[in-house]
Amino acid sequence: MSQTFKKETFRDDYTFSNSAEAIKRFPFPFPEDEYMYSVNIEPHVKTAVGSVTEFVIDVDEHYVAECEDKKITLERDPDRYLSLPHMMDAQWDTLELIMDSMSHDYPDLFKLTKDGDNWTWINKPLGITNTFVFGDASSLPMDPLKYIGCQAQGDWVVLDQRDNNLFADAAIVTSQADWSLAIDVGMSYQEWHGPVPIANEIGVFDRALKYLLNLQLGSPVRRLNWTMTINPRLDTSPESYPLWGPDRLSITPENVGDKVHLRVELQTLFRLPRSNGIVFGIRGYLISMNELVTNPFWAKRFHRILKGLHPELAEYKGLSFKDVTVDWLSKYDDGTPSQ
Amino acid sequence: MSHLNVKVAAIEQVTEYVKHFTLVSENGEKLPSFSGGSHVVLALNIKGRIHRNPYSLMSSPLNTENYGVSVRKQELSRGGSVFMHEQIEVGSRFQITYPVNLFSLSKLSHKNILIAGGIGITPFLSQIVDLNRTQTDYELHYAYRSPEHGAFREEIQEMCGDRSHFYVASDGQLIDFNDLLSEQPLGTHVYVCGPEPMVNAMIAAARELGWPEKHIHNEQFTAPQIGESFKVKLAISNIELEVPTDMSMLEAIEEAGVDAPFLCRGGACGRCELEVVACDGSIIHHDNYLTDAEKNSGKKIMPCVSRAKCQNIVVNL
Repeated sequence: MSQTFKKETFRDDYTFSNSAEAIKRFPFPFPEDEYMYSVNIEPHVKTAVGSVTEFVIDVDEHYVAECEDKKITLERDPDRYLSLPHMMDAQWDTLELIMDSMSHDYPDLFKLTKDGDNWTWINKPLGITNTFVFGDASSLPMDPLKYIGCQAQGDWVVLDQRDNNLFADAAIVTSQADWSLAIDVGMSYQEWHGPVPIANEIGVFDRALKYLLNLQLGSPVRRLNWTMTINPRLDTSPESYPLWGPDRLSITPENVGDKVHLRVELQTLFRLPRSNGIVFGIRGYLISMNELVTNPFWAKRFHRILKGLHPELAEYKGLSFKDVTVDWLSKYDDGTPSQ
Repeated sequence: MSHLNVKVAAIEQVTEYVKHFTLVSENGEKLPSFSGGSHVVLALNIKGRIHRNPYSLMSSPLNTENYGVSVRKQELSRGGSVFMHEQIEVGSRFQITYPVNLFSLSKLSHKNILIAGGIGITPFLSQIVDLNRTQTDYELHYAYRSPEHGAFREEIQEMCGDRSHFYVASDGQLIDFNDLLSEQPLGTHVYVCGPEPMVNAMIAAARELGWPEKHIHNEQFTAPQIGESFKVKLAISNIELEVPTDMSMLEAIEEAGVDAPFLCRGGACGRCELEVVACDGSIIHHDNYLTDAEKNSGKKIMPCVSRAKCQNIVVNL
């Protein structure tokens, strides 16, 4: 596979855009015209060539630019990587999972050589080569989770399993949809989901936790989640709110197509072997409304999703620009059945 | 559910009743890494019927060239352990699940007390490797019936040094749980695996002494038991089937071609839980998963080990 990486930015001048190919493979997350929370977990198995789930971890045209943006965010706010002391085994498990998958699925881009515990990792797109001793954190320039998290798109939260619960005890998080790692680190499953409306009342969280506690090694799972972002911005954290929050008030009928983005998270969950922890990958895909409506079916369906969205969900997702977006999308919806 | 194809590379008679099996992957590759305390479920074809039995991995998590499991022959069982002892040979092939850990060490513990009874020693052997590697404080207390039943004693002494303590019942040595648990530092966790009366006695002693519930860990796999036959209706699949006396409800459901969820098959993990829609008799719960309140409600059943004493039971599957 040959991949060209786009030169683009996710802040300031926001030059990010999707190629026609990237639009085609965008993981549009709505199976129906209406949206409500559900336990929409499915096995993380390989799908069609070219799709975002063709491989265990997706590396796309935004890879290099995203890793560069990550670096800027981490330099400004080092607390986007945090780990409690008992998470070192799980960190190594995560490093192994990511290195094994990426080198196996993208042999032209990444290479991993194992000689017992002496490993050599070559990342061609980012120009990184390191030889280190697996299990010996002093042999890497930084902690293993931070090291590999900087070389994989999306966010990685590592969960410890104990007391029949999951705890977010380590993470590298630079592209989150408005939640704070510094606040959430060490929290239990119920605690970090506390702010989510409705889902708890309809039993979604209890069922999903039960399922995840039994997540099996070798059988990862995935689900899609979504929100909306103004401008193609990855770092929408509470810490940087002044840099992006006010943009929500800047939406007019004229700039909806350019500025309003659907943001879909491909969430993957893997049981980790040595630590018995779980790694939770949150990989975001952004698409502008202009790009979205190039697919008439998506345009029609997303109009209906947004129009009928439960007010509490709209409030929780911070969609203060919802009405103007619905109006803008309405011209793509002729009222005929969406499929 | 993912499986691994393995073959038996070596068999060792450890004691009169215990055999140790070394399993390697069929394709010669390394087996998956795992955490101390994990088990795998072996799928054994006994006279055309698949029996699935969980066994703890007792080999080192640091070396996954092979997996080790030990099996105690249970004469009164439905035949899984007898089959392992009498029919499985070097070169035998079967499937196992990926490792699952329902008995993991707490990573927040400051000290760990490991208590084993008889064949209950097996999960601790892999845990000890993890504890040694992470340099976590622990003590192992291993009780068995008589000197000839002390499986793996030398190996354990080598691994644990003076952290290991042995109790031979025939010499009048018993573990005094009250004594052992009454003066432990804050942050100590206790783990027990062994015969049911021992597990219950340890848990009772720890509770009596005021140990926090979250610091008390046990693993007990129940084997499916022989019982009276009964009829099951699967409400969603719209299938009726009969559970014969020597088959578990889960096995009977699988035999009928229905893909039911499962993981440990020993009444411990909760994955196979089914909702009971109706039952014209009573459920005989054998699992260690449901709470007493859930068991009494009659609304749930763990079909891997539990049965019903009834004419008809209807479940949501």
